[in-house]
Amino acid sequence: MGFPHKPHARETVLLSRYFGEADARTYKGWVKRGGYAALEQARAMEPARVIDIVKESGLRGRGGAGFPTGLKWSFMPKEKKKPHYLCVNADESEPGTFKDREIMRWTPHALLEGTAIAAHAIQAEVAYIYIRGEFTEPLAIMEKALTDARAAGVFGDLKIHLHRGAGAYICGEETALMNSIEGKRGNPRIKPPFPAAAGVFGMPTTINNVETLAAVPPILTKGAAWYKGLSLASPKSTGTKLFSVCGHVQQPGNYEVTMGFPLKDLVYELCGGMRAGRTLKACIPGGSSVPILNREETEACLLDYEGVVERGSMLGSGGVIVFDDSADMVYQIMRLARFYAHESCAQCTQCREGTAWTTKVLERILAGQGKPADLDLLLDLSENMTGKTICVLSDSCAAPVVSGIKKFRNEFEDYLAGRRKPVMVA
Amino acid sequence: MPDELVNLTIDGVPVGVPKGTLVIEAAKQAGVLVPHYCYHPGLPVAGVCRMCLVDIEKQPKLAIACATQVAEGMVVKTQSPAAKSARTGVLEFLLINHPLDCPICDQAGECELQDFTFQEGRAGTRYSPDYPKRFNPVEDFGPDVLYVPNRCILCTRCVRFMEDVAQEPVLNVSERGDRAYIGVHPEARLDHPWAGNVVDLCPVGSLLSKDFLHKARAWELDKTASVCTGCSQGCNVTLDTRENVVVRVRPRPNLEVNRYFICDHGRMNYRWMNRGDRIEAPLVKRGGELHATDWPDAFERVTTVLRGAGPRIVALVSPRASTEALFFARELFRAGGLEWTGAFQVVMGEEAPLAGVPDLALRAERAPNARGAELLGYGREYAAALAAAESAAVVLVLDEPDVPVRTAGTLIYAGTVLPERARDADVVLPIANVAEEDGSFVNRDGRVQRYAQAKPAPGMARPGWWVFSELSAALGQGEPVASAAEAFARAAQAVEPLRGLSYERLGFTGKPAAVAVPA
Repeated sequence: MGFPHKPHARETVLLSRYFGEADARTYKGWVKRGGYAALEQARAMEPARVIDIVKESGLRGRGGAGFPTGLKWSFMPKEKKKPHYLCVNADESEPGTFKDREIMRWTPHALLEGTAIAAHAIQAEVAYIYIRGEFTEPLAIMEKALTDARAAGVFGDLKIHLHRGAGAYICGEETALMNSIEGKRGNPRIKPPFPAAAGVFGMPTTINNVETLAAVPPILTKGAAWYKGLSLASPKSTGTKLFSVCGHVQQPGNYEVTMGFPLKDLVYELCGGMRAGRTLKACIPGGSSVPILNREETEACLLDYEGVVERGSMLGSGGVIVFDDSADMVYQIMRLARFYAHESCAQCTQCREGTAWTTKVLERILAGQGKPADLDLLLDLSENMTGKTICVLSDSCAAPVVSGIKKFRNEFEDYLAGRRKPVMVA
Repeated sequence: MPDELVNLTIDGVPVGVPKGTLVIEAAKQAGVLVPHYCYHPGLPVAGVCRMCLVDIEKQPKLAIACATQVAEGMVVKTQSPAAKSARTGVLEFLLINHPLDCPICDQAGECELQDFTFQEGRAGTRYSPDYPKRFNPVEDFGPDVLYVPNRCILCTRCVRFMEDVAQEPVLNVSERGDRAYIGVHPEARLDHPWAGNVVDLCPVGSLLSKDFLHKARAWELDKTASVCTGCSQGCNVTLDTRENVVVRVRPRPNLEVNRYFICDHGRMNYRWMNRGDRIEAPLVKRGGELHATDWPDAFERVTTVLRGAGPRIVALVSPRASTEALFFARELFRAGGLEWTGAFQVVMGEEAPLAGVPDLALRAERAPNARGAELLGYGREYAAALAAAESAAVVLVLDEPDVPVRTAGTLIYAGTVLPERARDADVVLPIANVAEEDGSFVNRDGRVQRYAQAKPAPGMARPGWWVFSELSAALGQGEPVASAAEAFARAAQAVEPLRGLSYERLGFTGKPAAVAVPA
């Protein structure tokens, strides 16, 4: 798994262009491919100018929320009174998402270059790259790349630290990530204060996703207008996006397409369609935390921030999980709920208790011991778990449950009515 | 300069509060209690229980009142359908893993989970009885604290107290999700001198005091405002009594003195108030033996002695006696024109500060009213006074238990119990202890603070101020006083630093006396 495929003709390879080329991992190989030119270019500009260019490009956060990157950078204090920090979120833990991993594995210098440009733009003297603990190979590659680039002196006064996580999903939440960097338990913080006012170590901080930062060097070298032009549908979504496709498709993997690309084409063409004799049943388009799409919605969905919302879900991190008609949606949703119950940080009541309760109800339904009132109970619990907590982990648990019951109610009812063989879940 | 006031409306009640005030505090001023668990005014905000979710007009989502600052024109609704249903939801979530063992839980009756569930919880549970509840065994956290994890709602008040207030972070949240529990450092105990506060802070019956374990039901307790006698800090406390027995001491908030906390020394310092070996009647010596008598007879004996007293009188007083008693004891000699010396001694111990609160410590001086005694002219030259007692005409001992008094003169002992040494006394006057009388103390910073009677005094024992004011009157020095308030009023007239103060003005949080505060 994971060795990159030859790009499909309909892909737009910007971030994934050098995936599979071992030489691109090396400092020399990266420079040969035009690497670190954008950093030099940025260094020659006023920080505010760099922010303007990124604003003009329309680049939005690729971690899930889709917040305009340039705007986020502009929230940092203009007049520097305290040290500024940049945090790079490389804790990619969203089930179904594995794009940042590939960026770090194949083009570590793209991330380092983007990091250095962002640090210049927000006037940060220290950058932390928080890498998911399980990413042992990407970490080793990043360490080597950092050592080489540092030795070549490309970062100037900027200090870049690699910080390895310890395996908690919640540490990918930006404020939990900052607590984790500080050596504390990875609990999300209440906002406000927002990171730009008081982030890591209480200092002004910007936090960006790996894919977001990797997109910054080409924006500088090729220009904001060019990047903005990469848009097939909504003008509010620009550039390319890596989609990590997994599940019941012929060729799972990372696919880079221009914003606005039809999900249908991604699944049926780029990924080679469903397994033989199977048909598409459902799709989670943006990592496990977003509502599930049914077949009709999937086939009508355009992959950009607006397009997916239009179909009732979210672009999220771009982790596309595809289910064919063999999939047991009740089981799939239980697996997701169990994941969130396991990963809840335990701070907020609704999340700590709600995720676990939701899991128990789903397990009972699967075991053939569900009660008719269970579906309404699940929906009510989900309502109580949505929009009421510090972070969105409990919302993320509720989203697939609510959309699943709404769109695949018959499968739940089959279990409840004893029409389906119970599944014992361990 | 007065703070800029922000005007807002809470449940239709307009309030003006200083900028930066939290909605939950502003609501208190509007007479609205927003239900909450993790919030405590003495701790940093955590915002985790999500119980205080309120509806704020023009905001898309419910907001937690404990972490939202007021804004001009804000309209807060705690009773909107969305806010109410959010709270009902939180209560339901909190209860799914909470054992319904209220009948054997010490917190029952003063439990915020019970109270808010009573107020707006669901009538029944939707959590199937087939699902197991989280179970973890009871843990021994420290000298006086037990942790019952099954009842824990993970509000983290205890964790934050130890981390930010005691600044000895031995507690944490261990594990994640619904497996989470409060953990104690594997190599540490919860034995900080102020650790007992976590029991008060715990909104449910998860952290329990071993001392109070299964001792009383909360609704059987009578609560009386008092002042701790453990040291010269003068922390405000509540004495909890059950059938006239003091069973518990808890902190009473006073932002000027102890905020919301008391130390464990003070907390445990109450058993002596319940002593059974009390003097229950005045005693007078006849034929070398002490015999019980009535008050008029005892007064008669004392006045006779004082009327014919020689020039030298020594008073050995306890710095635990009330300001009022100390005042009238002094007046007995002063108004009679007698030459007298008064002294007290203070038991010393180790100082134990509460790191996160300025000017709050278990003080080395283990006496609540040393400052009051000083104010009234009693000195600290105790050894000299003891020596002088040997040749004095009259020696008065006021509730000083271990006094090696040898005197050629008459020994009058006024006290709560009769120590061996005091059996040589010519007259013994039974007095009430701090739990049995109204009175006041002056703390080390010169703050005069009242305490109230929590239980009756045994037998014929009476407050010290009553005894000495009656004696003064019997000696023809004015009218006796009928209440502690009146006794204090007399003292306030006569003693410059107390001038202008009265029980009414003191209230139950006290006022500073006009004294120089020690540096």
